[in-house]
Amino acid sequence: MSHSFDFIIIGAGLNGLTAAAYLAKAGKKVLVLERREIIGGAAVTEEIFPGFKLDTVTHNVAGFDANIARDLNLAQYGLELIQPDVSVFAPQRDGGAITLWRDDAKTADSIRVFSPNDATKWRAFRERMAKLARVLDSIHALTPPSITTTNPAELFSLGKLGLQVRGLGKRDMPEFLRALPMPIAELLDYEFENDLLKGALAAGGIHGLMLGPLGVGTTYNFLRGVNDGVVRATTFVRGGVGKLADALASAAKARGAEIRTNAHVVQIRVRDQRATGVVLASGEEINAPQIISSADPKQTFLQLIDPIELDPTFCARIRNIRTRGVFAKMNLALDALPNFKNATEEQLRGTISISPNMMYLERAYDDAKYGNISQQPYLEITIPTLLDPSRAPQGKHVLSVWMQYVGERLETGDLRLKNEQLGDLVIRTLSDYAPNLQSLVLHSQVLSPCDLQEIYSLPNGDINHGQTTLDQFLFMRPVPHFANYRTPLEGLFFCGAGAHPGGIPCAAGRNAAREILK
Amino acid sequence: MILPGTPFHPRTSDLCQPHNWRRWGKYIVAGSYELSPEREYWAIRNSAGLLDTSPLNKYIFQGKDATRVVNRIITRDVNKCAVGQVMYTTWCDENGKVIDDGTVHRVEENLFFVTSADPNYRWFCENANGFDVTLQDVSDTTAALALQGPNARKILQTLARAEMDSLRYFSVMPNHLREIPIMLSRTGYTGDLGYEIWMENKYALDVWDLLMEVGDAYGITPIGILALDIARVEAGLMLIETDYTSVRKAVIPDQMSSPYELGLGWTVALDKENFVGKRALVQENRRAPEWRFVGIEIEWDSLEEIYARKNLHPHLPLQTVRESVPLYDGDNQIGYVSSRCWSPLLKKYIALAHLRAPYFEIGSRVEMEVTVEHERQRARAVVGKTPFYNPERKRK
Repeated sequence: MSHSFDFIIIGAGLNGLTAAAYLAKAGKKVLVLERREIIGGAAVTEEIFPGFKLDTVTHNVAGFDANIARDLNLAQYGLELIQPDVSVFAPQRDGGAITLWRDDAKTADSIRVFSPNDATKWRAFRERMAKLARVLDSIHALTPPSITTTNPAELFSLGKLGLQVRGLGKRDMPEFLRALPMPIAELLDYEFENDLLKGALAAGGIHGLMLGPLGVGTTYNFLRGVNDGVVRATTFVRGGVGKLADALASAAKARGAEIRTNAHVVQIRVRDQRATGVVLASGEEINAPQIISSADPKQTFLQLIDPIELDPTFCARIRNIRTRGVFAKMNLALDALPNFKNATEEQLRGTISISPNMMYLERAYDDAKYGNISQQPYLEITIPTLLDPSRAPQGKHVLSVWMQYVGERLETGDLRLKNEQLGDLVIRTLSDYAPNLQSLVLHSQVLSPCDLQEIYSLPNGDINHGQTTLDQFLFMRPVPHFANYRTPLEGLFFCGAGAHPGGIPCAAGRNAAREILK
Repeated sequence: MILPGTPFHPRTSDLCQPHNWRRWGKYIVAGSYELSPEREYWAIRNSAGLLDTSPLNKYIFQGKDATRVVNRIITRDVNKCAVGQVMYTTWCDENGKVIDDGTVHRVEENLFFVTSADPNYRWFCENANGFDVTLQDVSDTTAALALQGPNARKILQTLARAEMDSLRYFSVMPNHLREIPIMLSRTGYTGDLGYEIWMENKYALDVWDLLMEVGDAYGITPIGILALDIARVEAGLMLIETDYTSVRKAVIPDQMSSPYELGLGWTVALDKENFVGKRALVQENRRAPEWRFVGIEIEWDSLEEIYARKNLHPHLPLQTVRESVPLYDGDNQIGYVSSRCWSPLLKKYIALAHLRAPYFEIGSRVEMEVTVEHERQRARAVVGKTPFYNPERKRK
């Protein structure tokens, strides 16, 4: 049977597009099918208010591997990354603030106001975290080897992984193994004394997780946010995160890939344990010898495939993947820059972190643990227009707020009715730090986990398609025995954030393409 | 916790003279009603034995996708099971190893009544996930009786409201015994003419009393599982945890069996839609099976000879022995017996056994270990055809 395409990729998010670009580069004929009218998945820039270009979901692409940009010539296709000098501005209500800069000396100066001890420790701490994170980076770039393997090639890669960890040396290797499962709160209590500093750092450990800083494994999550040696790094894309998707799409198309939007895949066809094609909502059927899904694992295996084709134990494992919506997103169009107490404009160019201390974060989680919305939520804010004025009309700004936690389960709560309440909560919380904010709001949009699931296909609103905890890491992601981007069905591959290494921009797509081309 | 009796316990406990209660699943049932099960055995073959089978696990699959779900689970093709028909089948795990065996009753187009030896609710639920089907575990709410033996039909005819003379072997029908609604299937575990009666618990005692009253004229006899155990060996029917180990309880791969290895290759429909274990079974079917489940007959002369050496007459197992003994060809162990008994009817020492290729062929000669006065001896045996006893009335 002859096919027009070698590969059909389901979903034009960053991972789907990255896989498409790599496969196209290798000379394969690729068709990408996107349900929405625009590409990008959770990395989209949408002009929901005229003149304001908002990163509606993801607003930070830190962790994006520069090798991918090089491999695919993304600069040629318009990709320009912006890395502000400041990574985190962490204010407290009384107007004091700690600012974490790329420059260690400036950071230490900022900490010194609160704690001379912590200031002297900063550089060594940051360097050690950077060292541990580099090992994680190389683990994230790997295809997870099977731990039960007897295959020499896999044993070799398992051995290499071991050597890399060993390579950390006598002091850092035990530190690495000890740190990953640790609660970030304990690690930071051990290192520092100042609450504001610890809060600002701990927030990196809970990002996207249904866990507070006292939760085990939050140090692993914290280390995921240490990129290129920068703790809680912030990376913007000029024009918005959607431009990264656009660049990937252009790179893929330049090599002959076809990308269709408004093409909602509702079924993956299977015959004799082999994927043979897809069916669109319109009824159109497209066949290809290989199908790659970047949709989340639950959707891919439990909704798109006739359950009779899959083993019940495999399905049960997929069903048990922990997907939790923990955040709501609020996008604001502002008349002017809000006035954060005592802050210079330069300090606001990275991530603004409302995390005055670790117990504040833990209490925010406490509410969520019992199924509620945090009374005092953790907020992560970016104002990308400070470095990229093209994204709003002259003198105006966009403000992007990640609000954590929304503990209500989608299946039980009436969350879809609570957007207004969530929006009020964000403004009220933020007004303690930027009192004039409310008066500057021209337009606002709130996306609850419910919206994130419905519009952006994030399962339960989980940005990572599955919590990035150690039990869902490496060879256990998405489920044991299928961490190598393959599936129980011939001709069906998996390249979404539900696969290793989770929601690190483009990483799963790159890894999967490499594996598929083997 | 004290194991409970079944819904028939108020009757069976009055009758069970030796109090030899046996555990069956999470219940206790009578081993025999007299000290020896012999009379009960003969009732199965000559009149009618009434057996409490309530501890069986029972499930109802109902809904649009019921057929597909059942077909996903079992190895046989349920599409070939007509409404009103019953199928004996195995089901396997993903590696094609047997989990359990039981019967599937197609009561309506999309309503199946499934029985099994072990509890399977969780496994069935996992298989039903994602389908439009409701699955009920009715094990504890459905009482069951087996009426087995040549007079079983006559007894039921006098009670059944709907005509049941033509109910064929391995068929099922809704019926009433007088006013009491029941399901009646022509099934059993004795290899004889027989029926199973399925009813809500609340009717259990009334049904028991009716059958005992009307059956009296036909020699109805309550039987325990010891008598059953002899009849089922004669019928060549295997028992889970005795003749094979469920893959769920197997500790090492050697303890797991595929349907082919159990002589149940005929229950595997590789030509149907995907089902659990299909991939592995397709592979296995390409190879010649290494093992087979067979019947063997121990030679009387050989047995007499080894006992005579100790000046003893042959000792015969008058109840089924559920212990494994090795089978040999010369010095090589080539298999093992898993159930053995003296067949009172055939006057033969018979056994159910697992044998390696090529020894499992009919007529093949093997030796079975026999312990005589604490010394190991070997008796000659020959692989025979099962069922050992297969009366025409079973199907007629």
